[in-house]
Amino acid sequence: METAPKPGKDVPPKKDKLQTKRKKPREWKNPESQRGLSGAQDPFPGPAPVPVEVVQKFCRIDKSRKLPHSKAKTRSRLEVAEAEEEETSIKAARSEQLLAEEPGFLEGEDGEDTAKICQADIVEAVDIASAAKHFDLNLRQFGPYRLNYSRTGRHLAFGGRRGHVAALDWVTKKLMCEINVMEAVRDIRFLHSEALLAVAQNRWLHIYDNQGIELHCIRRCDRVTRLEFLPFHFLLATASETGFLTYLDVSVGKIVAALNARAGRLDVMSQNPYNAVIHLGHSNGTVSLWSPAMKEPLAKILCHRGGVRAVAVDSTGTYMATSGLDHQLKIFDLRGTYQPLSTRTLPHGAGHLAFSQRGLLVAGMGDVVNIWAGQGKASPPSLEQPYLTHRLSGPVHGLQFCPFEDVLGVGHTGGITSMLVPGAGEPNFDGLESNPYRSRKQRQEWEVKALLEKVPAELICLDPRALAEVDVISLEQGKKEQIERLGYDPQAKAPFQPKPKQKGRSSTASLVKRKRKVMDEEHRDKVRQSLQQQHHKEAKAKPTGARPSALDRFVR
Amino acid sequence: MTANRLAESLLALSQQEELADLPKDYLLSESEDEGDNDGERKHQKLLEAISSLDGKNRRKLAERSEASLKVSEFNVSSEGEKLVLADLLEPVKTSSSLATVKKQLSRVKSKKTVELPLNKEEIERIHREVAFNKTAQVLSKWDPVVLKNRQAEQLVFPLEKEEPAIAPIEHVLSGWKARTPLEQEIFNLLHKNKQPVTDPLLTPVEKASLRAMSLEEAKMRRAELQRARALQSYYEAKARREKKIKSKKYHKVVKKGKAKKALKEFEQLRKVNPAAALEELEKIEKARMMERMSLKHQNSGKWAKSKAIMAKYDLEARQAMQEQLSKNKELTQKLQVASESEEEEGGTEDVEELLVPDVVNEVQMNADGPNPWMLRSCTSDTKEAATQEDPEQLPELEAHGVSESEGEERPVAEEEILLREFEERRSLRKRSELSQDAEPAGSQETKDSGSQEVLSELRVLSQKLKENHQSRKQKASSEGTIPQVQREEPAPEEEEPLLLQRPERVQTLEELEELGKEECFQNKELPRPVLEGQQSERTPNNRPDAPKEKKKKEQMIDLQNLLTTQSPSVKSLAVPTIEELEDEEERNHRQMIKEAFAGDDVIRDFLKEKREAVEASKPKDVDLTLPGWGEWGGVGLKPSAKKRRRFLIKAPEGPPRKDKNLPNVIINEKRNIHAAAHQVRVLPYPFTHHWQFERTIQTPIGSTWNTQRAFQKLTTPKVVTKPGHIINPIKAEDVGYRSSSRSDLSVIQRNPKRITTRHKKQLKKCSVD
Repeated sequence: METAPKPGKDVPPKKDKLQTKRKKPREWKNPESQRGLSGAQDPFPGPAPVPVEVVQKFCRIDKSRKLPHSKAKTRSRLEVAEAEEEETSIKAARSEQLLAEEPGFLEGEDGEDTAKICQADIVEAVDIASAAKHFDLNLRQFGPYRLNYSRTGRHLAFGGRRGHVAALDWVTKKLMCEINVMEAVRDIRFLHSEALLAVAQNRWLHIYDNQGIELHCIRRCDRVTRLEFLPFHFLLATASETGFLTYLDVSVGKIVAALNARAGRLDVMSQNPYNAVIHLGHSNGTVSLWSPAMKEPLAKILCHRGGVRAVAVDSTGTYMATSGLDHQLKIFDLRGTYQPLSTRTLPHGAGHLAFSQRGLLVAGMGDVVNIWAGQGKASPPSLEQPYLTHRLSGPVHGLQFCPFEDVLGVGHTGGITSMLVPGAGEPNFDGLESNPYRSRKQRQEWEVKALLEKVPAELICLDPRALAEVDVISLEQGKKEQIERLGYDPQAKAPFQPKPKQKGRSSTASLVKRKRKVMDEEHRDKVRQSLQQQHHKEAKAKPTGARPSALDRFVR
Repeated sequence: MTANRLAESLLALSQQEELADLPKDYLLSESEDEGDNDGERKHQKLLEAISSLDGKNRRKLAERSEASLKVSEFNVSSEGEKLVLADLLEPVKTSSSLATVKKQLSRVKSKKTVELPLNKEEIERIHREVAFNKTAQVLSKWDPVVLKNRQAEQLVFPLEKEEPAIAPIEHVLSGWKARTPLEQEIFNLLHKNKQPVTDPLLTPVEKASLRAMSLEEAKMRRAELQRARALQSYYEAKARREKKIKSKKYHKVVKKGKAKKALKEFEQLRKVNPAAALEELEKIEKARMMERMSLKHQNSGKWAKSKAIMAKYDLEARQAMQEQLSKNKELTQKLQVASESEEEEGGTEDVEELLVPDVVNEVQMNADGPNPWMLRSCTSDTKEAATQEDPEQLPELEAHGVSESEGEERPVAEEEILLREFEERRSLRKRSELSQDAEPAGSQETKDSGSQEVLSELRVLSQKLKENHQSRKQKASSEGTIPQVQREEPAPEEEEPLLLQRPERVQTLEELEELGKEECFQNKELPRPVLEGQQSERTPNNRPDAPKEKKKKEQMIDLQNLLTTQSPSVKSLAVPTIEELEDEEERNHRQMIKEAFAGDDVIRDFLKEKREAVEASKPKDVDLTLPGWGEWGGVGLKPSAKKRRRFLIKAPEGPPRKDKNLPNVIINEKRNIHAAAHQVRVLPYPFTHHWQFERTIQTPIGSTWNTQRAFQKLTTPKVVTKPGHIINPIKAEDVGYRSSSRSDLSVIQRNPKRITTRHKKQLKKCSVD
């Protein structure tokens, strides 16, 4: 019964997969309204379709949990919330389609190992602009270097063991400052912007600006070995030789918390970018997870038989890579189980580890860096085959992937090396959040906004989503107090009262009978539920593992 | 007949009358003035009786039949005929002058007495009720408006909206003139090409094409559509009718016919269009897959179950079940397209398995949550392949399996195992030497050797402790060929260094007990380290007669295993250069020993720490015993066990710890009070359970997580007011009602009937009360 399309009109628009119900009829009713000035019709009317999987990525409501029966009013609120979620996630998914940039990659020909490709080959193959990103700084004089990229990935700061501190715009190679602090430099880190620089020196922690002028000397943080900056909380976490983990709020200059790890000298530290938890590696093979709100570690994980040499957490907060004195490199799942997903023994053990934005893992072993890649963005790096390897002129002392660039910065005894690692960086940057091309004015604006949105330090916890949950303990306490205050439970279910009926049916006996009926029904429900629970338990307890064998009966 | 009856009745009547007359006579004798009328009255009565005979309304006059003592001239007896008002009026002779009076009387009689007026309170109550109902009705029309406003996402005040005057572009353009020379030139061009300028919708050509469909054509099309619609409805009706037919036989016949037809068509299709036929086949295949997935025709459905019960007694039910089963079989049967493809499939599978190392498979499985059935089937093939590839590996594996099993069950075999280990170590040593030689060559082999170098050296060191150097050299020559084969095998096959192994073995039982206390027995859901599964799989296959217990013990998550699992060493192209030291071996040796022994302490310490943490987090029991109460007290005397038991208040057991099944983790169970201060602690109104409320706040509303549009929408204010504008109360016209609230009252007055009837009812009710 199909009619031929009219000459002036096009075929009716394809139904969008995820369009809201309201939009459909409007489209069908008056296609005239979609006509442009010239009378031409949009061949793809309506918003672009978005794949369901992408939308699913942005959905946050956990629908697996079944809610207790809710009243109509509550239900309407829930429906509104769900509709809102769907709408926002569709919008987010649609905006993701606008991210046109694609990550780089390196693919070997049939049977070719990408690890055999050396930097020179890559530099030859890429365009001039990218080739310029591979460089070596020969700084043999001032010892092994630690380095740090700013959050936008535009600036690079490095500090040599023998006091050499420098910061530069590494893309244009414009030097911002270069000083010698005449003291051992343990670690160096940019604060929230490239204008401030924290340097862990032999005794105290110093803060310099981008011209090399010393702004602060923080004496409460002494003998600092490692620095980490939590950008959303404006916290500088310092791990010291004395075994203290100190959180310094750089926006107000206050020390938020000084936690004693009780595990001797701390020199292995990394942050979990997902929940801002600090991971400390200890000499007894454990990794402890810290938050400034708690005096004790949130969790302790036994990772290695020997001491832990390096820890790194990937950008999604899902995987943690650790390497220990037992020459092993392990990747742990941080989503509740804390079990190793894969393990490899390295010939020399990795002294430094780092994750890139897209989940590449780099390990520095002696004077060699090995890079492993995973299947996709959300998968752990597979340790089967290295993705790239590179040999440096000296032992590695610091590693970091440059954000939003396919570049790996390596600090070693011979200076600084900037390596090209295709597929390391996130290709699309958020211009409002961390814009590599921002001007001074934009930076200042961003600074104000970021300060306004500063997250309080006490909100750091293992599962940040838990903050969106109701505090059940307080809730129940409040309920109990209310019952005590009133003398009765205002929310208790009223006992069943049979309605009086006419024509002689509301005799006392029948009333009692009806009451009994309801009571029995409730009782039955209860029994049913308990039975179900039992079943669940049994099903869970049943060993799902080995195939039951006839010989099992002889097992003692 | 009728005449007889008539006569009888007459007779009876006359007798009755005589009887009835008796008292009357008696009465009359007293009142003599009426005596002369007597005969006349009797006559009258007789006449009446006769006249009433034919009619149905035979009236019995109540007449006194017995004598009464009460009758006197001063007293009126209550019995007897009642005196009615009309009787008094009735004259001897009928006169017309009394008619008006009569009418009046009847009117008076028809009127009932006026009831007592209700008392004031009740009247007021009724009035109130009525007034309430009225106003409630008037106001109820606002209910939807109020509800809408309450549920609205946003309210904008003041309510009246000014329609933005958007002039259509044509109008704007019509008032516009080309002034600059460029514009004029452009317009000239447009005019030349007959492009629309002022009313810029369509060119003449386009207009013509739009008008192309004539009226007749349109009519024809309409008729066609109508016909099609009618046909459709007919078909639908027919289908519905046929569907309703209950006869099974009929349906069977229809089904069979359909099947036949389909087959025929398919045959034809195959001849005419093989591609389409193939598609059809694919469809069948798809149906099969669906069936396999859903198992719809298995005996698991509700209907099937009920039939299964019936099948014992009912032949029909049995047949139905069989039919269903056959259908299932038919649907799930795989179509045999070609035998070659199957072979190919098998071939590719093999190839795949060869290509993909089993380690990869295992990792995946671990990530998904291990499925033991899958595991077995997956690895069994590779196992066989492995056995075929290098039979030399077998003893090594065997030895490995035993050493892993960490049990002392087979002390007899231990010697044998040790021997094998030594052998293997020797071979490794040899290999490492070879590889060291080959290192400068810098080929594929070097990267292997680099990684294995360390391991082999470890072995060498351990060997030194145990064995002499002589035998090694003897064997070296014999096993010179092995390394190449072994190098191809991934590292899992490599033996664990003896040094690392030794101290554990002594400790395992102890550790096991400790673990048992922690109740961290086999939890299969946890991802296990990669190689463990593989090893456990390998052992039973190689040693079919190995006892089962071994496997069982391996299934447990063991902290020892977690940390000491052998991991394949990484093959790296670049090997870090090491400063060549003469006593490198010696140094390595020392370091290795240190590391190995340090590890044991690590585990024990950790377990101890964990136990302490668990103890600390457990709720404490309260002991209320008073020493010396009710019994002797003093130094060295303890209250009796009975007393202690009596006064010990056991704390309720808390929820299970999060790290209960994770031996290598201590998770702090303390509440983060700083974070809790920021959490919601009171459930807002319409929600009854905190899960409901949580669901409404799970979506973040910040701009960090949302697009700008979504963020703006999520954060729009609930009420928007225009500054400087008066917000008037809502009017009926605003919401779409015709008239104002005043006219609403008039609406009610217009149909007062309903109200009045209601009113009446109310009144009645009150009066009854």
